[in-house]
Amino acid sequence: MAASTKPNRLQTLLQAPAVGVLFLWMIVPLAMTIYFSFIRYNLLNPDTKGFAKFENYKFLWEDPAFFPAIKNTLVLIGSVLVITVVFGTLLAVLFERKFFGRNIATLLVIAPFFIMPTVSALLWKNMMLHPVYGLLARAFAAVGLTPIDWFGHYPMVSIIALVSWEWLPFAFLILYTAMKSLDHEQREAAQIDGASSVQMFFHITIPHLKRAMGVVVMIETIFLLSIFAEIYTTTSGGPGTATTNLAYLVYSLGLQQFDVGLASAGGILAVILANIVSFFLVKMWAKSLKGGG
Amino acid sequence: MEASRKKVGLLDILAWLIALVLFFPIFWMALTAFKTEQGAYSPDLFFVPTLDSFREVFARSDYKAHALNSIYISFGSTILCFLLAIPAAYRMAFFPTPKTRSTLVWMLSTKMMPSVGVLLPIYLLAKSAGLLDSIWGLILICALMNLPVAVWMSYTYFCEIPKAILEAARVDGAGLFHEMRDILAPMALPGISSTALLLIILSWNESFWSINLTSAKAAPLTVFIASYSSPEGLFWAKLSAASLLAVAPIMVMGWLTQKRLVSGLTFGAVK
Repeated sequence: MAASTKPNRLQTLLQAPAVGVLFLWMIVPLAMTIYFSFIRYNLLNPDTKGFAKFENYKFLWEDPAFFPAIKNTLVLIGSVLVITVVFGTLLAVLFERKFFGRNIATLLVIAPFFIMPTVSALLWKNMMLHPVYGLLARAFAAVGLTPIDWFGHYPMVSIIALVSWEWLPFAFLILYTAMKSLDHEQREAAQIDGASSVQMFFHITIPHLKRAMGVVVMIETIFLLSIFAEIYTTTSGGPGTATTNLAYLVYSLGLQQFDVGLASAGGILAVILANIVSFFLVKMWAKSLKGGG
Repeated sequence: MEASRKKVGLLDILAWLIALVLFFPIFWMALTAFKTEQGAYSPDLFFVPTLDSFREVFARSDYKAHALNSIYISFGSTILCFLLAIPAAYRMAFFPTPKTRSTLVWMLSTKMMPSVGVLLPIYLLAKSAGLLDSIWGLILICALMNLPVAVWMSYTYFCEIPKAILEAARVDGAGLFHEMRDILAPMALPGISSTALLLIILSWNESFWSINLTSAKAAPLTVFIASYSSPEGLFWAKLSAASLLAVAPIMVMGWLTQKRLVSGLTFGAVK
């Protein structure tokens, strides 16, 4: 018996560092953000101090960039989710059939996911969407249309296109993998019963992919809440506040205007948004752990 | 029969067409990298390829420094992450307790914190610890960020190793070190290496923290490329060459781990 308690202590020791640092990583910065959001704290002005109650939240609410930022965050997340899930599903269905060179075509589809965000951003801003030299402008001019200054006149649309291009491969890859576990006998039976491909898509494929879609939606939401590099390298949140999202607002309040208190209040809002989403996500994982063993 | 075969053919072409369109920007970037700086602005498909841009990128000594930073950060954070994750995953897989599952779920839930929610405290902590613009700061952050993924993936791969083999070795009197080196390591190696690839990809492309926490000295390639966004820095051929060098190795890594990627990225929710 004594022999078995000793390895147990050793075993706990194996796990303790990982659990310990993760716990600190989770709790310390969060506690600090909450604390900062209730005090007056400006890096440039050491005289502003003291308990602020809800002042930071009030100032944030009154900030002219606040409502645009919330709207932009939701528009960006919503649009990218719809685009990636819809097209990801269609692509997964398209690629689930065997065709010539499918493996290579798959590699091409998922490639954008591995491109670093700053490269993707500049690639789109310059070589694709530049109002004069961009390929799209060239193509427009070639067919006699007036080239469009995409990032100047449709900044949000451009950002959405860019971010969707980055995340479509992710959605596709997850849904494509999930497609592989689709029950072929069920589909054959439906086919014999005279179901059309459209009917099969809505009554067999979509229900089968529901869980995978849920996973895509939740993981993407968490990442999209913090979309920053793409905006930082292309529009810097502008023109005006046209592409300022919550992440960029927190950055600009905190690291450009050095108002830590105000920025922290914005950070807390992001955390609350993420928690609403993750509540469902974690629940689902817990279920899959029990089910899948 | 004839009609359905024709339809299948069209869908094949459609699939390829979409794949090519999605890949096109990357292809175009690769092409531009081999053009001259003047030629970069023209949409010509046919041109005399030149390596000038690559030469110039390499001649700028700072490129090498930033590339090295990226390598240090991605490999350093992966090693640190494994030092913490593997013992934990080993314990969870081979000596599970009733709490193991909830610990795993809790670990995953820590990934749900949006980075922007903790930007200010991390920035200020890094500043007071002297870790601003330091590769150690980024190594630490990337390791912590990826720790749940690493634990989860290693755990999954350890679980695939039949326990009977380990027990047999233990009965034969093999010590813990022996067991690790001769039985566990060889069997877990394929899984661990694909985990390592995913961690390297994630930290190589990490942009939020690298932009906010580094400026010059410790800036990895993500930040270096972002510096090309200023109007005076519009050298497309050089930008493309630098970008191609920055993304090509990682893209190949991504392609290699493609099959294992899904369970890693979704923490096993989709296999």
